[in-house]
Amino acid sequence: MLMETKKLTKQFGGLTAVNDVDFTIEKGKINAIIGPNGAGKSTFFNLLSGTYTPSAGQVFYKGQDITKRPPDKIARLGVARTFQTTHLFEESTVLDNVIVGHRLRTSSNLWDAVFRTRRFKFEEKKCRDKAMEVLEFVELTHVMDEQAGSITQEEKKRVAFALALATDPEVVFLDEPTAGINPGETEGLASLMEKMVQRGITVCLIEHKMKMIMKLADKIMVLNYGEKIAEGTSEEIMNNQAVIEAYLGGGASA
Amino acid sequence: MVSLLKNRGWIIGFIAAGVLFPFVLPNAYFLHILTLAFIWMIAVYGLNLLAGYTGYLSLAHAGFFAVGAYGLGLLTVKTGMNYWLALILACLITSAVGLVVGLVALRTREHFFAIYTLCVGYIIYLIIDKWDSLTGGVRGLIGIPEPSNIGPISFQTPISQYYLIFAFLLFTILVMYRIVHSLTGRTFIAIRNSEDLARTLGISTMKNKLMVFVLSAFFAGLAGALYASFIRFIGPDIGYITIIFDLLTYLLVGGIGTLAGPIVGTFLIVALSQSLQFLQDYRMLIFGPLLTLLIIFYPRGIAGAYHDWRLKRKSAQRTRPQKEQEYFETEESEKQVKEG
Ligand SMILES: Nc1ncnc2c1ncn2[C@@H]1O[C@H](COP(=O)(O)OP(=O)(O)OP(=O)(O)O)[C@@H](O)[C@H]1O
Ligand SMILES: [Mg+2]
Repeated sequence: MLMETKKLTKQFGGLTAVNDVDFTIEKGKINAIIGPNGAGKSTFFNLLSGTYTPSAGQVFYKGQDITKRPPDKIARLGVARTFQTTHLFEESTVLDNVIVGHRLRTSSNLWDAVFRTRRFKFEEKKCRDKAMEVLEFVELTHVMDEQAGSITQEEKKRVAFALALATDPEVVFLDEPTAGINPGETEGLASLMEKMVQRGITVCLIEHKMKMIMKLADKIMVLNYGEKIAEGTSEEIMNNQAVIEAYLGGGASA
Repeated sequence: MVSLLKNRGWIIGFIAAGVLFPFVLPNAYFLHILTLAFIWMIAVYGLNLLAGYTGYLSLAHAGFFAVGAYGLGLLTVKTGMNYWLALILACLITSAVGLVVGLVALRTREHFFAIYTLCVGYIIYLIIDKWDSLTGGVRGLIGIPEPSNIGPISFQTPISQYYLIFAFLLFTILVMYRIVHSLTGRTFIAIRNSEDLARTLGISTMKNKLMVFVLSAFFAGLAGALYASFIRFIGPDIGYITIIFDLLTYLLVGGIGTLAGPIVGTFLIVALSQSLQFLQDYRMLIFGPLLTLLIIFYPRGIAGAYHDWRLKRKSAQRTRPQKEQEYFETEESEKQVKEG
């Protein structure tokens, strides 16, 4: 068990977006969160990565309570994420977009930058090498020098993966990584996630594509109206009465 | 590597033009105007690092410019301090003011940040204007000394002042170039791009924003201090909001978030407003629409437009097979699967 939440709750005014959720993320596995639109999946991610602070409950990382830590501290512990909408810097090249991902593992400062110290040179190279390495991992070296604004949607998703991987994470949270791309490309991204797990990185993803998730995930949690209604393997989820009702009943999306 | 060499070419060209100008056009009036333009460029570079590279549009920088100018003026006139020591202190005082302002201002974003810093700038102006006993109020501060000699080099003549300020401008450009082309610069750009994303990449946004804010105040202060010793008379109006709008115009025309922008924009607008001087305030009737059109069609100014044009040409040369794009169709079918 790598991460754990205990009675995690987030309220926005009167709306409880995440309600009393207990969840564990298994190390070295593909963990998935599914649920209808507005179920609270992205909010749950935001709580784990520190982007939102919980209204109640706790988040543990390797047994350590990280509930109140800011996102940059959590990232340094080895927790990376992508967002539901990619925020690439479109005017820069793909490579330039990814280099900054390794910044958190460096310590050169303004002084090093202005005086071009040895540490500066060493760390500039270190970040560039890391960016090349992760771009190779996500199979994007051929578009490395293109402007990020000019590559395809699928390639943008891969850049977002690369950026997350450049932080040297132990666990990666992917918020709807395959939204808006075609089935063939979806399979490509799925095998990329499997490749991450083979490298020893734990994956946790939010997904709407049922067929894919049932095949891919080792463990699935289903959220509905902010509450966990089921948790288990693909078969367990597929045969779960509450899940079938939530989906057939239209869920929160209506 | 190629781009570095190309950059070198531009920089060497700029230095050569700056050095040779007084010989090519030995005109006291032009020399004065250009020296002033250099001073504005330094301030615009400071603003650019914050507004252009980090995404925080500060309207307090005329205030910081005035703090630098009055810092130097008061230290030299009232305490008789050595010019160079006063110059350093003036920059440090401005940085300290920047630190205090930044600590509060950087808790806000976007338009709130702009409004807050606008108020700070105006308050600085009011303090200078009303604190008669210290600043001389509306009467201003006179008798600011020119830079004192460094060994055998003296700065009594307009030409020597021109070269001195040009040297400070080159120093500013060097520092900016090195910051922008470093991990530190990438960190700032990441913050401009998306603060949420930057934070999940492990970047401490507050620390970095504060650093930029102080640095950018430092350069505004340096420009102000140089202005004070160049003009040798300062009044409260150098901290007035019209100054910040001038600086912003220079930056927007030249190209916000580009390294050449501050030079291009400042030079162009200063030259244009000199040549249209006969129109007096009606100049604005020409500037206004021109600026609006520029922002609409080239949001990253002249330097930005040039940069984009070069990139386009480069990628046109290196065409690659475009993949089929059927996103919208697939998204539709996915939705049906999801709902069904
Ligand atoms: N910052 C916020 N302020 C107020 N309400 C919010 C905020 N973020 C999310 N919500 C609300 O919380 C609920 C859960 O939203 P969330 O984005 O977590 O859903 P989701 O499961 O990710 O949905 P989707 O599948 O559409 O991405 C929604 O009703 C949403 O309107
Ligand atoms: Mg979501």
